[in-house]
Amino acid sequence: MQTESTARPAGTVLELLVNNHPGVMAHITGLFARRAFNLEGILCGPVGGDHSRMWLLVNDDGKLEQIVKQLAKLHDVFSVGECPGADVTLFDRLEAALHPGKCGVKTGRGA
Amino acid sequence: MKHRGSEIICRLLERQGVEVVAGIPGGSNLPLYDALHDSALRHILARHEQGAGFIAQGMARVTGRPGVCLATSGPGATNLLTAIADAKLDSVPLVAITGQVPLPMIGTDAFQEVDTYGLTLPITKHNFLVRSAGELLEVIPLAFTLAASGRPGPVVVDVPKDVQMASVEVGDWPEPGRAAVPAPCDGAVLDEMAERIRRAERPVIYLGGGVAQAGAGGLARDLAHRMQAPVVCTLMGLGAVPCDDPLCLGMLGMHGARHTNLLMDEADLLVVVGARFDDRATGRAAEFCRHADILHIDIDASEIDKIKKSRVSLAGDAGLALEGLLARVAPAARPAWAARLAELRAADPAPAAGNDPLLPQNLIRLIGEASTPDTVVATDVGQHQMWTAQGYPFRRPRRLLTSGGLGTMGFGLPAAIGAALARPDLPVVCVSGDGSILMNLQELATLAELDLNVKVVVMNNAHLGLVRQQQELFYNRRYFASSFQARPDFAAIARGFGLRGVDLGACADPAAAFAEALAAPGPCVINAPVHETENVLPMVPPGAANREMIGGLSHAN
Repeated sequence: MQTESTARPAGTVLELLVNNHPGVMAHITGLFARRAFNLEGILCGPVGGDHSRMWLLVNDDGKLEQIVKQLAKLHDVFSVGECPGADVTLFDRLEAALHPGKCGVKTGRGA
Repeated sequence: MKHRGSEIICRLLERQGVEVVAGIPGGSNLPLYDALHDSALRHILARHEQGAGFIAQGMARVTGRPGVCLATSGPGATNLLTAIADAKLDSVPLVAITGQVPLPMIGTDAFQEVDTYGLTLPITKHNFLVRSAGELLEVIPLAFTLAASGRPGPVVVDVPKDVQMASVEVGDWPEPGRAAVPAPCDGAVLDEMAERIRRAERPVIYLGGGVAQAGAGGLARDLAHRMQAPVVCTLMGLGAVPCDDPLCLGMLGMHGARHTNLLMDEADLLVVVGARFDDRATGRAAEFCRHADILHIDIDASEIDKIKKSRVSLAGDAGLALEGLLARVAPAARPAWAARLAELRAADPAPAAGNDPLLPQNLIRLIGEASTPDTVVATDVGQHQMWTAQGYPFRRPRRLLTSGGLGTMGFGLPAAIGAALARPDLPVVCVSGDGSILMNLQELATLAELDLNVKVVVMNNAHLGLVRQQQELFYNRRYFASSFQARPDFAAIARGFGLRGVDLGACADPAAAFAEALAAPGPCVINAPVHETENVLPMVPPGAANREMIGGLSHAN
C-alpha cells in the first residue's frame, strides 16, 4: 500500500459492500499488498445488517480490471464495482484533515 | 440436545462424508482429539503437520473431494502453512482445522499462540476464526462448500480451545456443505468460439488442471478429434487426455518437447481450458503463441486476461463449456496442420536412452512399464519430477499428484500416503529425489505404521539436481550449495523405519531388482543411484520465449 500525502494522482473509486466483522479489512488490504496493487485511500463505515460500505481510491491503470475481479472473489465481499459518481473530494477533505496531524500524538517510533 | 464444540466438529465432518482425517494433537486441539475418540472418523497420526497437510492433499487430489487435516495452535499451525499454500496454488480442496488458544487469551502472547487467521489469510480461499460453538454449525459446512466450489482451494477453520469445549444446544443438524452447481454457459459466447474454431487453420488445445478438476478430459479429447487439433497439457493437466492419443503432445513449456513448443509457436488459434498461463508453461508471455488468437475458458473469472489477452473468453465450468462447443463445432480435417505436426515430430525423435537402468529417463520408463493406467504417481519437486512429467505414460486424470504451482520439495511421500489411504485399491508410486525425500522423511514412520502399498523411488544423484543444472547452464558452472557431501543410505534408513529397503546400486541386475521391488506388495523404499550430472532437456531458460530451447536435439544422439 502506498499513501501520497501531497499530490493525489487521478484515481477512480471502487465501491464495495462487505461483511462487517473483524478480518474483512485485512482480507481487502492484504489483497492489495500481495498483488502489488496501489491503494490511495480508504473510507469505510457500517451500513446496518452486519454490512459495511467501503470506498477504495485506486489508480485507474491497467490493473483495475484485475483488482475488481480479485476483490469479487473474496467471500466477505458481496458486491464490488467502479463508482463513477463518487465524490472524490471526500478523499481530499480527508487528506486535509489528516495533514498535518492535529492531535499531536506522541507515542511511537516517529514521536 | 447439547453438544460440545469438539463433538459438533466431528459430527459435521462425519455428515460431510469425511472418513479419514490426518493430523497431530497438541494442547489447543486436545478437546477435538478427545471427541475423535468417540467418532467414526479414522485419524491418521502424521509425524509433522506438513506431512498431515500433504496426506490430506493426497486424498483430495486423487478423489476430488476435500481433504481434512488437523493441527494444534502455534507451531502446529505454522507447520501446516506450506501444505495450505501448496493447495492454494494447485486449486486443491482442503479443509484445515486448527486449534487456537482460548478466546480470552488471544492477543496475550500465550503459550503456542500465533495469529493463524492472519498467517493463512493470503494463502487460503477463505479462513475463519470461530468465536462460539454455535458458529461451527454454519462455518464447518460453509468451509466445505467454499473449498469445493468453483475453483477449489484451501479453507482454514481456527477454533479456540474454549470454543471446542463450550456446549451449545443443537436442534437440527445443518446440511453438509456441497460444491455449488456451476452456472450454464453463455450460448452466444460459445457460438463465437465455435465460429473462431471453424475459421482456424492451425489450432492447438491447451489444457490445465481445471479440466481434470471438472472431469472433462473425455470431452476435451472429443473436441480435439472433432477439430483435428493437437492437445498440450500443463503439468497439472497431464492425464486429462491419454498420452498415447495421436493428438496428445504432452507437456508444454519449460520442459516440454521441442516439437510441442515449436508447433505452438506456429498456431493461429489457442483454445485454453482450465489453465492460467503460468510462467513455466508460457515462457516469456509476450512471445507465447504470438500468432494465435486465444479462446480462454476458466472457472475463475480473474484468470481471464490476467496474463494474456483473450479474443473470446468464458468464465465457467470446463465440462459445460466443452459440451457446448462439441454441440457447435463440426468435424474438420486440417490436413496441412497435421502434416506440419508430423514434420516437426519427425525432426524431434524421442531420445535414444539405451538400456542403462540408472539413467533417470530409463527408470521412469521402467516405472511406466510396471504400471497400470490407474497407478497413482506422486512426485516430489526437481529433476525427477520433470523426467516423470516428460516420460511417464499418464493415461487418466487424478493419477499424477505433483506440486505444480508452489513446487514444494517434500510433497511426494505424504501425498502418496494420502492417495493410498483414499484409494487402497490402487498401486501408488512416489518418485522422489535424494534432496526432496529428506524434507518429509519422517512420514516413513507413518507409512510403516499404515503398511500401505506405496513404493518410494529415490532418484539419488547426491545433488539438488535442478539447482545444479541451472548453475551449469546459467551461472557459468559456478556450483554452490547444490551437491551433498554426506550420502545417506536410504535403504538402511527404510529398514530403520521398519520398511523394506532396496539399493539398486548394490544389485547385480538393477533393472530386474527394480521390477521385482515395484511388483512386491506393501511399502518399499528403492534407492536408485542415478547419473549425477544428467540434465532435464529440453529447457527454456527462465524468462526466454518457449521457442528458444536448450537441448532436445543433441540428446537424441
